[in-house]
Parts: sequence; C-alpha cells; structure tokens
Amino acid sequence: MMELITQPWPWYVAGPLIGLVVPFVYWYGGKKWGVSQSLQHMCAAVLPRRIEYFTYDWWKQGAWSLAMMLGTVAGGYIGGRLLSTPDDVVAISPATRADLAELGIRDFSGMMPADVFSLETLLSPAGFTLVIVGGFLVGFGARYANGCTSGHAISGLANLQLSSLLAVLGFFVGGLISAHFLIGIVL
Amino acid sequence: MAPEAVVAESASVPTARSESLIPYFLVGCYLGIIFIKSEVASWFRIQEMFRFQAFHMYGVIGGAVVVATLGVLVLKRLGTRSVLGDEIVFPDPTDRSPSPQHVLGGITFGLGWGLLGACPGPIYALLGTGLPVMLFGLGGALAGVWVYGWLRPQLPH
Repeated sequence: MMELITQPWPWYVAGPLIGLVVPFVYWYGGKKWGVSQSLQHMCAAVLPRRIEYFTYDWWKQGAWSLAMMLGTVAGGYIGGRLLSTPDDVVAISPATRADLAELGIRDFSGMMPADVFSLETLLSPAGFTLVIVGGFLVGFGARYANGCTSGHAISGLANLQLSSLLAVLGFFVGGLISAHFLIGIVL
Repeated sequence: MAPEAVVAESASVPTARSESLIPYFLVGCYLGIIFIKSEVASWFRIQEMFRFQAFHMYGVIGGAVVVATLGVLVLKRLGTRSVLGDEIVFPDPTDRSPSPQHVLGGITFGLGWGLLGACPGPIYALLGTGLPVMLFGLGGALAGVWVYGWLRPQLPH
C-alpha cells in the first residue's frame, strides 16, 4: 500500500482527485475554486496603497483562499518530504529529456533542474528569466485573465464558460512561445 | 483560560453563520500532496506538455475537468444547498463574455507558466517541499499581481 502512495501517481488517479475539489468548494462554501486570487488577497493585505483592485475586505473575501494556500504548502511538505524519496527523478519522456539536455540542462533530479532553479543561479540570465520574470508573468497574467489553471482550465471549463476556453487557448499560445523560443534563448 | 478562549473566538467571528477555515486548509493539503505526487508541479512536466511529448499533463487536466464537470452537473441537478444552507450560485456561463482580458491575460500567464514551470497552486506546493528558490518565484508572482492592480485602469479589458 505504502509503495503505491510513494510512487509517482498516474494521471488517471491525480486528475479526478483534483477535479473533486471543484464540487467540494461549491458545496462547502458556495464558491468557485480558483488559486490565483490568493495572490491578490496577499497584495490587498500587505500593500493596498489605495489601489482600487486591492481595496476591499481581504479577510472576509479571501480567508478561505489563504487557508487553502497554507494547506497547499503543508501538502507540498507531506508529498515532497514524507511521501517521496529525495532522489526521485521525474520520468519525463526521452524526447523531452533529449531536448532539454541539448539546451544545456544537466541535472534531471527533483521537480525542477537545479542548473537553473537554485539560489546560486538566481541572478544568471537563465535563473532570473525563468524564476523571477516567469513568476511575474504568472502573477500578472493570472489576475489579468481573472484566473489561472484552476479557475479557468478546471473550474471555468467545468462550468462551460466560453471566456475560460479562450483563456486556456491563451495559456497555450504563451506556453508554446516560452517552451519553444524563450527558453532556448536564455538557457 | 477556557472562558477567555471562548470570548476571543466569538469576537473574531463577525456573523453567526461564519464557516470554518479548517476544511479549506485540509483541501489545500490534499491538493499540495497531489501536485507533488502527480508531478504536475514539475518544471520538466510542463516542458514536456508544451512540447506535446507525453499525455501525462493532458490526462491530469482533462481528468480533472471531466470529474469537475460531472460534479457541478450533479450539484445543479440535485439543487443541493451549501453546507451553510445557502443556495449555490454557479457563475452564469454567458455573463462573462469572452473579452480581450482573457486573450491578453491568458497569453501573459502562459508565457510565465512555460518559463517558471509552475502555476500558482504548484508554487505553494513546491515551497512546502523546501525549495527556497521558489520564494523568488512567489515574490515575482506577487509583484506581477501588484503591478497588474496598479496598471489595471490603463489596460484593455
């Protein structure tokens, strides 16, 4: 049993388990599930600066989302430290591995390549672009589009919202540009 | 000690029908474990997805959409009330018509997703696994949200 849990979970287990969160959050709190609003609530709590987008009762509207965020950090600890072994390698397809090796990735252990994702390389062109610029675009884009993978690709599509389909197509246009062009420039 | 605790608790609860935050925390834990164990929080998996070199990520997102759709359908059909007894209001699929913000914001988000290799949920889960570098990914995301809020009146929506 423990073997089954500590192995990487297949898509047909993980996908449906994630999908259950949508009806649960509707049923428990009458809310549409979306993760990226937690970022907005944090800005509203810490640095609202009289900007309209951040001036609202962040605790009343966002406490649930921030509680879920803290839970996700805790879940990451459980999943990454207690239910995994440190030398787990993500079993990506050989084609992806070859492509990334050609771009100069050497370290294929862990969730992300330590060649780029480490404090030592944070200010290198690759580290800065992937981590900081990438993070900035994730935050900016998620709130501009009014949702991220959870709010649009999962909750929004489940509610048959056309606007979410459009946003998901946008996600793919942007992702394809990054994966096929931008990453090759900075790595 | 005990009476004080009761007073403090009732003082912090503005309405009598306030919901507990604990279930949200637990759902977060559940998600964090899944994000890590299914490797959707892996930069490698995101690169693989955008290169169309494996089915894994499509299976996870597609599987989630199918189950979420069925779940929403069941709740709508049964007319289930929320735990607090309220009618569940589902967003009207037609009330947010597709607009420039979905295209422009979507592309911006996608550019970031392809670089960082993590969307907001996985950022939190990765922090939990003990990757200090993700604090800078989160910092970048918060800066992005703040700048969006600041520029919002000037941007096409």
